Amino acid sequence: MRPWKFSLLMVAAGAGVFALALAIRSDYLFFAGYVVLQFIVLATAWNILGGYCGYVNFGTAAFFAIGTYTTVALHKIGANSGRYLSGTLGELLQPLFPLSVPALVILSGAVAGVIGLGMGYLTLRLRGVFFAIATLAMAVVLQTLVINWEFVGGSRGAYIIREESLPMVGFKLGYVQYLFAIMLLLAAVALSVARLIERSRLGYGFATIRDDEMAAEAAGVPTLRLKLIATAISGALMGMAGAPYPYYIGYVEPAGTFGLQYAVNSIAMPMIGGTTSWAGPLIGAILLGSMQQIATVTISSAVNLLLVGVLLVVFVVIAPNGIMGLIFDWQHARRKP
Amino acid sequence: MTAPLLEVRGLAKRFGGFVALEGIDLDVTPGERLGLIGPNGSGKSTLVNCVCGTLHNETGTVRFAGEVLDGLPAHRRTHMGLARSFQLPRPFTSLTVADNLRVPLLYTVRRRSLLISSPAELDERCLDLLRQVGLDGKARRRPSDLTQVEMRKLELARAMAAEPKLLIADEAMAGLSHSEIEDIIALLMRLNAQGITIIMIEHIMRAVMRFSQRLAVLVSGRKVADGRPEDVVNNPDVVRAYLGQ
Amino acid sequence: MDIPVDLLINAVVAGLLIGGFYASVTAGISISFGMLDIVNIAHPGFIILGSYIVYIINSTTGADPVVTAIVMLPVFYFLGMGIYLVYYAAFERRGQEALRGLAFFFGLLFITEVGLILAFGVDYRYVEARYIGPTWHIGFVDLPLRMLVPCVVSLLMVLGLQLFLMKSFIGRAIQAVAQDQLALQLLAANPTRIKRVAFGVSIATAALAGAFLIIIQPVEPSVGREYIGRAFAICVLGGMGSLPGAVIAAMLLGVVESFTATFYGPSWAPAVSFGFLLATLAVRPAGILGR
Repeated sequence: MRPWKFSLLMVAAGAGVFALALAIRSDYLFFAGYVVLQFIVLATAWNILGGYCGYVNFGTAAFFAIGTYTTVALHKIGANSGRYLSGTLGELLQPLFPLSVPALVILSGAVAGVIGLGMGYLTLRLRGVFFAIATLAMAVVLQTLVINWEFVGGSRGAYIIREESLPMVGFKLGYVQYLFAIMLLLAAVALSVARLIERSRLGYGFATIRDDEMAAEAAGVPTLRLKLIATAISGALMGMAGAPYPYYIGYVEPAGTFGLQYAVNSIAMPMIGGTTSWAGPLIGAILLGSMQQIATVTISSAVNLLLVGVLLVVFVVIAPNGIMGLIFDWQHARRKP
Repeated sequence: MTAPLLEVRGLAKRFGGFVALEGIDLDVTPGERLGLIGPNGSGKSTLVNCVCGTLHNETGTVRFAGEVLDGLPAHRRTHMGLARSFQLPRPFTSLTVADNLRVPLLYTVRRRSLLISSPAELDERCLDLLRQVGLDGKARRRPSDLTQVEMRKLELARAMAAEPKLLIADEAMAGLSHSEIEDIIALLMRLNAQGITIIMIEHIMRAVMRFSQRLAVLVSGRKVADGRPEDVVNNPDVVRAYLGQ
Repeated sequence: MDIPVDLLINAVVAGLLIGGFYASVTAGISISFGMLDIVNIAHPGFIILGSYIVYIINSTTGADPVVTAIVMLPVFYFLGMGIYLVYYAAFERRGQEALRGLAFFFGLLFITEVGLILAFGVDYRYVEARYIGPTWHIGFVDLPLRMLVPCVVSLLMVLGLQLFLMKSFIGRAIQAVAQDQLALQLLAANPTRIKRVAFGVSIATAALAGAFLIIIQPVEPSVGREYIGRAFAICVLGGMGSLPGAVIAAMLLGVVESFTATFYGPSWAPAVSFGFLLATLAVRPAGILGR
């Protein structure tokens, strides 16, 4: 299937999901669905660097938080534009504020992508484990920075007041529904990007990095540049996923935004679904995401996080290629009598 | 005399306190077939790694086609026309055998000319290369399905796929049968006839003697002989190095 | 800026004391990551586990934390051996340690943390011991015993490990594994068995480090994460598999953190280790004692 056809299909599928959700008329469905969609974006983004290139990023929460706090900062500037936007430059920028959520998503993606690029530039020349450890440490440091940054609320956190609904052509759309639609579109974009990479020259390059960097260089693959591209794309998508979050949750504080659940979920979902294709993270995110939404209501959030951790360990030990790998093996076994 | 294609001057490489290479000078003229021999651990592979940019030498200079290579990453050298096979095969294990060849085609050959661009043409190129090394029947297999010997052939084919000016074959024949060695020599001769300069690193003396127009010998990180094959093998230093002091 | 001398010296002393403790946190990682090439990012999780076991025994029987940890050493040793068995069978043998091995240890870290939250909640826990309250004063220098005791015992532990690695047969075999597995195989030693022992030893150090941690400060399940960046920064800076290098690097990081806390405020201290790590990776990946 051609990439643009796939993207259209993804958007159509998204529209279908949205129409169905509207028909069911349950606000809870939108609330829970938003989180699952957010995990689809995060897991797909993680997999572009982790699954395709073999570089483990433990800093999903950091990139997500970059998006979240970009929104918080820009929202605050927008809400007090008279105070923060003075001078000629300020007056030029003033008409742009308050920024719409799609604009915030794009800006957050840019900020997270640039930070990812910088991180990568410092650590990607070295062995992959150093990159992994650096991302883990980066999460701690960004959290420290945010805790000490009073402008975005410091350790106390910040409240974001959103409107009840948005006037659309002909009818009023609830804000949660609006955010759900944005995240749906973002998921379609993330999956389209992942699939496009897989079938392109870039995808072959990423696979050679995962397999053997020395041989990749000898074949003419500019490994450092490709790793930087992967880190930037992956980081940007994670940042984009974090941008609408303040409007969704209404109140953000560092401990929650930098929570380990983002890191563990974005690793567990591709690992459980399968890391070599775009469908793996999607399957993993839908399964684990829905499971957690149900478990949070019925059991407790700590228990379901424990479950994610246990599933991650069990899958990497027993089924290294995830559910996609199991399906593949099963098909092979059936073909051979 | 024509300007050398590859020009190595005063090259040295250390690992900690261990001197792997010392004061290496080596010229290779365009179209030449050079044999590089030496006992195990004499620095042959280290020399290849320094020339190809896999390792970086501390002192000395490497020039290729008139340009200084020092400090350039390996992929840039491949783009310039320097290709090598690895002594221990390093296939891309998650790609099919044909896709292993597609990588240098996509990243090296297509940089130079956009003549091959359609996927069908790429497929045809991959198959053609596999046919030349006798692996066309395994195009859709994974490298893990190949035997050690087949992996060596894949390694050579991948280096050929980059359409190099200079091809360095690092022990491409180890473990091959008599007739397979003949096949590979014939293949390398054919490539050479097309104008590709070749450095062959090999332990199998029969093959080296048949193939090489010139022979260079490394012993303990130094070049001890360089000249016509029949002169070099009778050189007392070389005989001593091979038969032991 | 006019800095009082006594403040300065006390900051250095506090840094050295906490650095001594960091040495015990890093010792295990120097063995697993530095020598065995096993990227055990779950190590801080085991340290917190050690803290909680010490806490349980201390709060029920009043036993001394350090003595408790020493009694616990064999348990942690066998725990480490067991984890290595799984790690070897699932990843190392199949050559998949890079991606999946990392995910495995990350999962273990997460399970330990969430498991402890489920069992004990997120309240801070602490232990009781005679030396936790008092402080020695030498001139204007303060030596709080709750810092001094962990520092001294920790340095003794690292010294003991270093002697074990240098003098005993198995210790020398571990260092040989770090150098060259093939050579060791030719000597008819089984590298897997030696790595199993070494990994057991590295996890055993977590029991003691856990006791030190809960003596120094109250502990809750997620504090372990702060030590990942620190321990790996120290390990890399100290030259990967070198224990003396790790001690020096630990002291250095301790002093820099102590200065940051004294002059900029304690909320900035966690950022120091990351800056350290990045600077080390970017400038000197071979470490301060590296070649």
